Amino acid sequence: MSAALVPLAPLLLVAATAGLLIVLDLLPPREGKGHLGVVALAGVVAALAGALTLWGREGRAFGGMLLLDNFAVFLDVVICYAAALVLLLSMDYLRRNGMESGEYYILVLLATLGMMLMAQAADLIVIFLALELMSLSLYVLAGLFRGRLTSAESSMKYFLLGAFATGFFVYGIALIYGATGTTALDRIAAASGGLQRDPLLLIGFGLLLVGFGFKISSVPFHMWVPDVYEGAPTSVTALIATGSKAAGFAALLRVLFSTFKVAQPDWALLLWVVAVLTMTLGNVIAIAQSNLKRMLAYSSIAHVGYMLVGVVAGGALGAGGVLFYLLMYTFTTVGAFGAILLLERGRQEAVELDDYAGLAARHPLLALTLALFLLSLVGMPPTAGFAGKFYVFGAAIRSGYIWLAVIAVLNSAVAAYYYLRVVVYMYMREAEGVPTRPAPSFAGRLALGVALWGVFQLGLMPAPVLDLAQAAVAPLLR
Amino acid sequence: MSGVVFFLVAILAVASALGLVLRRNPIHGALFLVVNLGCVAVMYLLLGAEFLALAQVIIYAGAIMVLFVFAIMVLIPGKEETGPDPLRLQRLLALPLGALLLVEIALILQSSVFTAAPHPGVQPGYAAGAGGIQSVGRLLLRDYLLPFEVTSVLLLAALVGVLALAKRKAG
Repeated sequence: MSAALVPLAPLLLVAATAGLLIVLDLLPPREGKGHLGVVALAGVVAALAGALTLWGREGRAFGGMLLLDNFAVFLDVVICYAAALVLLLSMDYLRRNGMESGEYYILVLLATLGMMLMAQAADLIVIFLALELMSLSLYVLAGLFRGRLTSAESSMKYFLLGAFATGFFVYGIALIYGATGTTALDRIAAASGGLQRDPLLLIGFGLLLVGFGFKISSVPFHMWVPDVYEGAPTSVTALIATGSKAAGFAALLRVLFSTFKVAQPDWALLLWVVAVLTMTLGNVIAIAQSNLKRMLAYSSIAHVGYMLVGVVAGGALGAGGVLFYLLMYTFTTVGAFGAILLLERGRQEAVELDDYAGLAARHPLLALTLALFLLSLVGMPPTAGFAGKFYVFGAAIRSGYIWLAVIAVLNSAVAAYYYLRVVVYMYMREAEGVPTRPAPSFAGRLALGVALWGVFQLGLMPAPVLDLAQAAVAPLLR
Repeated sequence: MSGVVFFLVAILAVASALGLVLRRNPIHGALFLVVNLGCVAVMYLLLGAEFLALAQVIIYAGAIMVLFVFAIMVLIPGKEETGPDPLRLQRLLALPLGALLLVEIALILQSSVFTAAPHPGVQPGYAAGAGGIQSVGRLLLRDYLLPFEVTSVLLLAALVGVLALAKRKAG
């Protein structure tokens, strides 16, 4: 019995913590729910540690619907890192905005549970339910700042467009079931070998890609991103940008590489086009943004384009590169959003570019931290961003996608402009108006510290983690 | 036997459908609809689709009808449509009726319904085992246990989410 539960251990830890929080939320003290954040953090860190000890083990549970392999463990770790950092950032942030509630922490944990389930699912039904668990929690979290119109707008748009994407996804599952008579990923793979040009299967697969495209926010399913990222509470934005993307890529990579391996030439061509469109559109529109959260939203679209370059390249180097990129992107993006979240002007969050003018003179440490995260997003050595881009683009060249790599590098050059503009504002402009100041938050600083450690750990010594990432994709590629 | 039951239920179904259409009071209409849905559930049972019959009772006659009645009561207030104040009589009846219900529950729990073999007229898995409670239950709790559990967590998330969005900030 206990052996059968081993593959579930990280999931059970997160689920049990969520249940515990529901009970603790009812107990006193009624005012101040900071202790719930600490409990949630402990649960996520325990799940992270649990996942790490499971490295190298293989197992299945629930009649093969749930599986544990190195791929699932790697993504569980990425997701747990994202959730833990977001929880650290949330604690003081919620209190400062007067929105501290037990429900917030419960929903963050349930969203995390959904994400981890997506990484471990081996059946389309489970992927679908996990996707919904994650999305539903995030819809609510995005609208949690009820007093703000932008937050309500963000939640509403996310919900409506997300429900629409879900429709595509379920329809795709139904068609695939119609074509193959099963929803289990390995049995679909076995059945699709004989059905290569079956229209039912191909349409179902296409609809599935639409659903995934929405969750990872690739063009042309990216419309929701800027408004949702801008309106949602910044800590929730960080979770949407990192955790939900990692979960989307987890299920997408598993479906592409292990289930629809026979169709690889077809989907590689399709994703080639999507990757180029995604990174170009994201970068070009990001140039015009003066709101930092919006700018990072478009930049996140561009980064999905870079990750898709790795997916197109394929093989252990390409798919492993995507996993490495996801980990480094999680540290960098949570860090960047975290720095924004800590800075306030008056009682408001400082999100406009002008708010950052002259920041280096008054708060050199925070300015330096934000600058380092932005440089990692640009892809400057020795930050993690450089290593991530190097591996992904290198994989594309090795697989013969020279033009794709050229376009990606040109895009990175364009992107440098708008990231470095923020740095220029911080270091070379004079401040105007009410001075911005960083909020005194120990947990927030700790989160930035951990994220910074991740950025440099992956930037200075990327090879060990890349080896792990390549070992992680091995189960998909065999 | 089942023919007799069918005709009785069919007559009741038609009568309740007529009552639903002909009564002016919307609450009475809703109650007739409950009877009608119950009759349809019995017909499902006669066909051997036990799961469908149970779902019909729980979902339609139970949950959806409660919603209907609530909506009617909220949207159409006014005593002239619900008659004279029924609450006085209800309050007097509440206690004995509640006690009666408790006795009934106790009797059912003690009877052989839960232990004896299934009723001979209702064979489990009648339609090639497709609609039977056993086969549905087996699918739900063995083959699809994980989706079943995840669905319950999903509903929990929805509950917490509704609370978070609807709760008014104290102070």
